[in-house]
Amino acid sequence: MSDSFQTNSGLPVSALYGPADRGAEPPEPGRFPFTRGNYASGYRGRTWTFRQYSGFGTAEESNSRYRYLLDQGGTGLSVALDLPTQCGYDSDDPEVTEEVGRVGVAVDTLADAEVLFDGIPLDKISTSFTINGTAAILLAFYVAAAEKAGVPRAKLTGTIQNDILKEYASRGTWIWPPEPSLRLIADTIEFCAAEVPRFNAISVAGAHFRDAGANAVQEMAFTLADGVTYCDTVIERGRLTIEQFAPQVSFFFYTHGDFFEEIAKYRAGRRRWATIVRERYGATADKASMFRFGCVAGGASLYAPQAQNNIVRVAYEAMASVLGGVQSMFTAAWDEPFALPSEESATLALRTQQILALETGVTRTVDPLGGSYFVEALTDATEARIIEIMDDLEQHGGMVRAIEDGYLQGLIADEAYQLHKDIESGTVPVVGVNRFVADEPAPDLATYELDAEGRERQLKRLAKVKDERDGAAVQASLDALARAAEGTGNLMHNLIDCANAYCTVGEMVATLKAVWGEFQQPVVF
Amino acid sequence: MPARVLVAKPGLDGHDRGAKIIARTLRDAGFEVVFTGIRQRIEDIVTIALQEDVALVGLSILSGAHIALTTRTVEALRAADAGDIAVVVGGTIPPADVPRLLEAGAAAVFPTGTPLDEVVSRVRELTAASTSP
Repeated sequence: MSDSFQTNSGLPVSALYGPADRGAEPPEPGRFPFTRGNYASGYRGRTWTFRQYSGFGTAEESNSRYRYLLDQGGTGLSVALDLPTQCGYDSDDPEVTEEVGRVGVAVDTLADAEVLFDGIPLDKISTSFTINGTAAILLAFYVAAAEKAGVPRAKLTGTIQNDILKEYASRGTWIWPPEPSLRLIADTIEFCAAEVPRFNAISVAGAHFRDAGANAVQEMAFTLADGVTYCDTVIERGRLTIEQFAPQVSFFFYTHGDFFEEIAKYRAGRRRWATIVRERYGATADKASMFRFGCVAGGASLYAPQAQNNIVRVAYEAMASVLGGVQSMFTAAWDEPFALPSEESATLALRTQQILALETGVTRTVDPLGGSYFVEALTDATEARIIEIMDDLEQHGGMVRAIEDGYLQGLIADEAYQLHKDIESGTVPVVGVNRFVADEPAPDLATYELDAEGRERQLKRLAKVKDERDGAAVQASLDALARAAEGTGNLMHNLIDCANAYCTVGEMVATLKAVWGEFQQPVVF
Repeated sequence: MPARVLVAKPGLDGHDRGAKIIARTLRDAGFEVVFTGIRQRIEDIVTIALQEDVALVGLSILSGAHIALTTRTVEALRAADAGDIAVVVGGTIPPADVPRLLEAGAAAVFPTGTPLDEVVSRVRELTAASTSP
């Protein structure tokens, strides 16, 4: 019933595909360039990881939630931080009172990290932090908290998102300008490679471009371009080879509703990244050129009207992700467009993945769509378009330039505006929104009410830490950080010293701001 | 002379997709649009509103903090002797909060899903006193 025969990203789709439409035969799964998947055994050896996102409020609340999840057999934690922590403000900053503890846990000092991970065996579980602007500082807290609890840093496993470029263009938790931010990311990558070898220093995320309005092909192209920028930065410093750090680089996307386009996006992305790592950086080891990714099924593809339709959308999106070869997946709850998911809707979202993995049979054979005339042709067309977009960005002067002058933000805003208009006019059909519209009352929106008591407890702990810490040690470690920032050395040891002296996130951020300045956002719409 | 309006993103929440769509829609409808970008302090929004001599301020809020942020904006404009600048609010707004926002001094509220034409015509009405497009 689509009004035009093209994918949502504008790639043309023919009525019929045959042998002539397919390019070279892709090699079998597990072989470069991995079009058909990273692993020869596909999901037979191991299914993808079912992820659950959790954690908000104070360190105490999150800690008891984590202990519960571990008691239930969980092996990994996912830490969501509140916006002040993400943007580099302390909880007692009057500018951010409204936001303390709202979308995640507030972490001001090492004392909060100690409470957050109290009684949790950090040598046995992995911890994933959704943190970007202040990722290096949170990593310093994590290392310091673990060592205080007797766990050596070499035993720590987990991930920090640590992808600042997409923050400038879409998510918004930037602090410093791109150049020093890239340096800090390279510092974390080098530090992890040398001292925390089981910890992933970066997860390059396209999901936020998508949520801001980018189409599927743009999402993949922008994300690979970010990946190239990070790898270039590390390689240019000359302290690590591509083989030493590329296996720790992973990716993260949204899967939306255009079924075959999403499958082709992941197959094309996997092939393109492997090719880039081999051709641009000369990597020879397969492990270095593998494109490992997680995804969320849902996001901006879900709608509030007739919200239960979202259950169906998420199920199709989850299947597309699996047919594209995803390594870990989060399925969104159907009520997400207007509420924090209820326990019931969150469970249903998880069940969607379990039914897919255990009942539908899609995991029985590896890359079941491999060799399909249409899927291979669409994969080729998607990759060609990704190359065009990446070339355009390179010609514009690279990602940093495209962010600083707002070119990238403009591309995303154009796409978001057009899609909004197309949905309003009905050109793009959305069931329940512009087709088969029911006369129903707007759903009740539940917004998360701030826990004033929790905030008070957070402020009290911060005041106590500031009162009891050694002021001279605080000043000395911040001064050393400032001096190191003026040079070119790795800052991670300075940040760990600051953490151990109980400096606050806000103090460390302000110290670096004094040296590096702040990002000046281009205003584009 | 077309009416000037300010589209503003207060607070730390960086979701600006809606704000940018509204800014572009108003520009296409003939308004002179100033967009603040994200993460603006209330006092900065008021300063820009005065400097740019706008007839209306549109706040885009998805963080759940809409009541407090709207109240503070209306009060700050009044304190700056600019209470004649209309304040409208859009974003993730529960239906029950619409009357509370109007009480707090908002001239109109546009929850997610409001048709763009409706936003344009309300903004046109509210800025009719200044020279409108």
